[in-house]
Amino acid sequence: MAVSATIWSFTEDDFAEISRSLERFLSDSNARCALIVDRAGQLVATVGEQPRFDAVAFATLTAADFSANDQLARLIGETEFRSLVHRGEQESIFLADIGRRVILVVLFDIRTTEGMVRLKAKGIIEELERTFAALFERGRDARAKTPGILAGADDEIDRLFQ
Amino acid sequence: MSMINYASREINCKIVYYGPGLGGKTTNLEHIYGKVSPDSRGKLISLATETERTLFFDFLPVDLGTIRGFKTRFHLYTVPGQVYYNASRKLILKGVDGVVFVGDSQVERMEANQESMQNLYDNMAEYGYDLTKIPFVVQYNKRDLPNAPTLSELQSALNPGWEIVDTSRQRSVPNPYQQGEKLVEQLPTGEWIERAPYFEGVAINGDGVFDTLRAVSKLVLKTLS
Repeated sequence: MAVSATIWSFTEDDFAEISRSLERFLSDSNARCALIVDRAGQLVATVGEQPRFDAVAFATLTAADFSANDQLARLIGETEFRSLVHRGEQESIFLADIGRRVILVVLFDIRTTEGMVRLKAKGIIEELERTFAALFERGRDARAKTPGILAGADDEIDRLFQ
Repeated sequence: MSMINYASREINCKIVYYGPGLGGKTTNLEHIYGKVSPDSRGKLISLATETERTLFFDFLPVDLGTIRGFKTRFHLYTVPGQVYYNASRKLILKGVDGVVFVGDSQVERMEANQESMQNLYDNMAEYGYDLTKIPFVVQYNKRDLPNAPTLSELQSALNPGWEIVDTSRQRSVPNPYQQGEKLVEQLPTGEWIERAPYFEGVAINGDGVFDTLRAVSKLVLKTLS
């Protein structure tokens, strides 16, 4: 029987807590949009102006970007780059690690500055690190005690692939 | 790393197509992209060189249906097959839930196949993942070519089986995909072994592409049951 490498989950309450933190950050920094992407490239949450682009593809590319830069850091003798910035003429992207588990991606434009985004991000990163540490810890405990989310759904899974 | 989102009622899983260069990994994704309704898939993203060789990865998100009220979303990735892109290949394996090894059936690519398979085991081990324990499917692509060896030769070279030492698992398991064959069996030497499910493919025509995808996706979902 195969087992998954790792599984993690979050509830509506987690989602609400993460969204509240991000909304406060967007209001303080005047950035346009904030996304949370997991290290495997999956989009976890989007808050603020809804992106006009393909957010799923965007999440995948940001995770790949961050992972590639992690390796670049190691090659030059650093353990990691905690944050990255891509500057455009109008639009820019700020990426920051959250406890080696997920990535905070912030889209901002000329209504604010990189310095302001960095400054306000500092507090939110610490807050999100605590949130995600608790969330992953709870997931680990729950997995040990409870059956999988699709427990007993073997027939349903078989039917899906008939 | 399967992600279960109770807020949007989605299960997200990551599947990686691995294998030697020019083996047909990208062709698998292109076929899936062409056949799946646009409502059930996203854009196919290719980070490729100017000569259309995969440089970093290809990516295709597909929805495979709903179970227990949860949408099942699969993120399909390929890796660059060329030997010198190992750093990129390793990055893509991060958080993987299921692996498809796309082997090239041409006899002159056997060495490249074996090298890639060994590289897959090694890279998985570096993340602490055990390929014998996570959903894993082999596709023998390019079966239509005249220089393709027999299936048993390919199986011996690439999917000979791994030993099962846990006595509770030492019982025959039929191969649901190949009539008369077994996934778990006892060898004449007394040793119990398990092999990955395998499929024959001609990805350029679509043969075997969906059989492979269905098999690995089903194995991934069963890890959540």
